[in-house]
Amino acid sequence: MHLTIPSTIRVAIACLFAAGSLQAAAADKITLGVAIPTATHGFTGGIVWWANQAKKELEAANPTLKVIVKTAAGAPEQANQVQDLLSVNKMNALVILPLESASLTQPVTQVKNKGVYVTVVDRGLTNAAAQDAYVAGDNAAFGRLPAEYLAKRLNGKGNIVVLRGMPSTIDNERVNAFNAEIKKYPGIKVLDAKYGNWNRDDAFKVTQDYLTRFKQVDAVWAADDDMAIGVLKAIEQAKRTDVKEVFGGAGAKFAVKKVLDGDRLVQADVSYSPKFIYDAIKLTANARLKGQALPARTIIPSVLITRDNARQFYFPDSPY
Amino acid sequence: MQPTPTTPRTKPAAALPGLAQLKSAGPLIALVLLCIAGAFLNPDFATVDNLLNVLTRTAFIGIIAVGMTFVIVSGGIDLSVGSMAALIAGGMIVAMNALAADPGAHAGPAVVGAGIALALACGAAFGAAHGLLVTRGRIEPFIVTLGTLGIFRAVLTWLSDGGAITLDAGLAEVYSPVYYASVLGVPVPVWVFALVAVGGAVILNRTAYGQHVQAIGSNEQVARYAAIRVDRAKVLTYLLLGLCVAIATILYVPRLGSATPTTGILWELEAIAAVVVGGTSLRGGAGRVMGTVVGAVLLSVIGNILNLTSIISVHLNPAVQGVVIIVVACLQRGRR
Repeated sequence: MHLTIPSTIRVAIACLFAAGSLQAAAADKITLGVAIPTATHGFTGGIVWWANQAKKELEAANPTLKVIVKTAAGAPEQANQVQDLLSVNKMNALVILPLESASLTQPVTQVKNKGVYVTVVDRGLTNAAAQDAYVAGDNAAFGRLPAEYLAKRLNGKGNIVVLRGMPSTIDNERVNAFNAEIKKYPGIKVLDAKYGNWNRDDAFKVTQDYLTRFKQVDAVWAADDDMAIGVLKAIEQAKRTDVKEVFGGAGAKFAVKKVLDGDRLVQADVSYSPKFIYDAIKLTANARLKGQALPARTIIPSVLITRDNARQFYFPDSPY
Repeated sequence: MQPTPTTPRTKPAAALPGLAQLKSAGPLIALVLLCIAGAFLNPDFATVDNLLNVLTRTAFIGIIAVGMTFVIVSGGIDLSVGSMAALIAGGMIVAMNALAADPGAHAGPAVVGAGIALALACGAAFGAAHGLLVTRGRIEPFIVTLGTLGIFRAVLTWLSDGGAITLDAGLAEVYSPVYYASVLGVPVPVWVFALVAVGGAVILNRTAYGQHVQAIGSNEQVARYAAIRVDRAKVLTYLLLGLCVAIATILYVPRLGSATPTTGILWELEAIAAVVVGGTSLRGGAGRVMGTVVGAVLLSVIGNILNLTSIISVHLNPAVQGVVIIVVACLQRGRR
């Protein structure tokens, strides 16, 4: 989600930065609240793991810093946690991955007005004035990089089928970026794009039906590593040899492992790691300890993962 | 309390046996029409490979729906089946991985056998627990199974640390024929589905127990007066369903070799929809296992046809499913 911040608000943010940094310089102890979704699937499982990893490392390195991680299953629960973090734990900085943009905007604005430094991750709030800093992954590159890669892999000619996630702005942004890039290669045909719900089982079914329907499929953009698992099983079952590449996305450890091991079908991936919560927590904590502010917008770039650089994206201990 | 009238209401349809038969064949007619439409929209629909794909993927929901038919006919409901399947899948993968990692080095097939036995035991235990909470605990089945729905899924999420539980690659090799192999050209899950369906139909319609279940569903008080052991029969329906969920899970695990917190999400609704589309009343009393089978196949055929064509926006796919469900329900209205 890209937010365009009007210039007046930008000035306001700049003023708040100045005020915030004075305050932090005065405070000798930092309590950092972290509000994230509960682990309900691989990606959020990774979010929780990386948040705790950041807590461990930061607290070991800085005795004056306390990090409190709270997970919520729904927006109202998360709003309560944000209030508790302020009133009970007396936090002076907050890193939040909002479960919903609109319903969390008001609760976050309130804690910010009470002097808490707020970093918002991944999903922007509806009012940009409610956040001091915004850290997110790059959804456009998540779609553009696979399109570039697949076009090159197929030498500009061939049939691609696409799996989409769930109807959402993130999914639209990724698919639009993919389509915009793939249009530059007239020899490449996108046969169809159906929802696989970011789910292995649904991806399996959709792929089975794609393979029944299309006799020549050169590549599959599965748009998610979990869905890629279902796609690979369906191809294996149908014993199809026409498919040359299955491109997932997000850099889950099993997918990166396949790239490392030189799998026949999975030779590349694109990073959109839940590690951005780790980066956001570290950036915020280190900046606050020095009494500094973060840039208003930090985009953690999505990078093409191939065999050459896969080593740096492989985290065997993370659940994702 | 006034004794409830025991004479069955005279059904107008009963006077016209031909019409009644037509209505009970409603789901089957709908399925045939849908298949004809599918073949017109895409000739690949009518290929043997595609039909076997559809039947194989129906097997999970179909087997669960057969068990669900018993519970619904007896006047109960089970909302937890999707979460139960996910937890059994996760539990059996963890257990099999542990056995395989054991330095005692068990043979692959023995480990898989142990996993299957564990799955069946868990299914039976979970089902029996539901039955006892409903009968002895006197809690509404809706509430009991809504509670366990949350519990089962939460335990799986905890087991998997929010990620995926994946079967050891060597074991996956040994286990995969259970989903992918064929006997006489028909995939194993389809055989199992057929056996479960025939078994379910025989138990429901040809045994004293089946008659008891139907009697309890149409009037529990009367069934008690008729010296039917109502509690025991009800516990058994949940136990049977638990076993069906375990069988479905045993077939499911070798497909992807993994369980994630999204495994089995909304299976309960698909199973209940299959039962009701197949002509069993949600109020209990009477039901047909073969109707349930047709209902389950019907639901997955819709999804298959939508995937094989792109005549409407992907955003509207769930709407088509909804329309077909309502139309089929319409075809059999007035039968209760």
